[in-house]
Amino acid sequence: MTPTERLILNHLQGGFPICERPFLAVAERLGLTEDVVIEGIRSLLDAGILSRFGPMYHAERLGGALSLVAMKAPEPVFERVVEQVNAFPEVAHNYAREHTLNLWFVLATEKPERKAEVLAEIEAVTGLPVHDMPKITEYFVGLKLTV
Amino acid sequence: MRPESSHPLLTDARDVVLFLALQEGLPLVSRPYAALGARAGYSEAEVIARLRDWRDSGLIKRLGVIVRHRRLGYRANAMVVFDLPDEQVQQVAGIMCGLPFVTLCYRRPRHGDEWPYNLFCMIHGHDRGRVEAQIRQLIETCGILEAPTATLFSTRCFKQRGARYPLESAFLQTVEPLLPA
Repeated sequence: MTPTERLILNHLQGGFPICERPFLAVAERLGLTEDVVIEGIRSLLDAGILSRFGPMYHAERLGGALSLVAMKAPEPVFERVVEQVNAFPEVAHNYAREHTLNLWFVLATEKPERKAEVLAEIEAVTGLPVHDMPKITEYFVGLKLTV
Repeated sequence: MRPESSHPLLTDARDVVLFLALQEGLPLVSRPYAALGARAGYSEAEVIARLRDWRDSGLIKRLGVIVRHRRLGYRANAMVVFDLPDEQVQQVAGIMCGLPFVTLCYRRPRHGDEWPYNLFCMIHGHDRGRVEAQIRQLIETCGILEAPTATLFSTRCFKQRGARYPLESAFLQTVEPLLPA
């Protein structure tokens, strides 16, 4: 990553302007040119450092459901369970974590009622129980990682 | 659920096209909102007005970059959880959110003896030792030395992508002719 790309990356985690020439507005803030900003974002996307350049939609405001789900996948079947869980398009993130509940994933469904269906399907296909932990209160979502 | 609560801001077929087009990513051209408008049948000014509405109403939480944090060297990522009396959660969460290294903080339901924890936060870091020191600092700052706690570092990432919202297929069919080929 070049110093310019680093500058762009740190800045754009705070948001992107909605105006006629947004890349120009960013460029002016950072002392760059519009083309350098556009090409910088393109190369960060190409390098896979960015998964996306666009909107973070609010699942609940869209009428959908979002949840954090935990499972206990015993070591001998762990890889199979991961594959089975990942096969669901509603699974957005999936991590192994150090705990007896060792598999944690984020589920996003377009319709609230679909959440229970997907959870039931995951239990059926894996043969393991799921622990649904939807947020009760969101205190802070400021995930911004300086590089 | 009230029918209008499903997608209250996507009132026009063009909004649906705009929503889906935006989800693909902002076009990397000088006037991206004009480019999106050309796909949806909106003028640039209309796209800007719609997106500001969506942002102000919270339908769009944020517009910008979504990073693959592991590629950036953030490999010591801990979910830190606590079992706090329900009446204390709000106050402790308030202190927790003031710490610069806390990246996310939620209250979630307990799950019996196996999972007695109700307050969750995330710390993303480069170095495990440093994150562990931050966790100790967090516990001291919040004054929760007695609270049952667990730290779950992530060891592998199997999937990381933004959630996609396909919208109801029936709803989509009504706008099918508008979708770009």
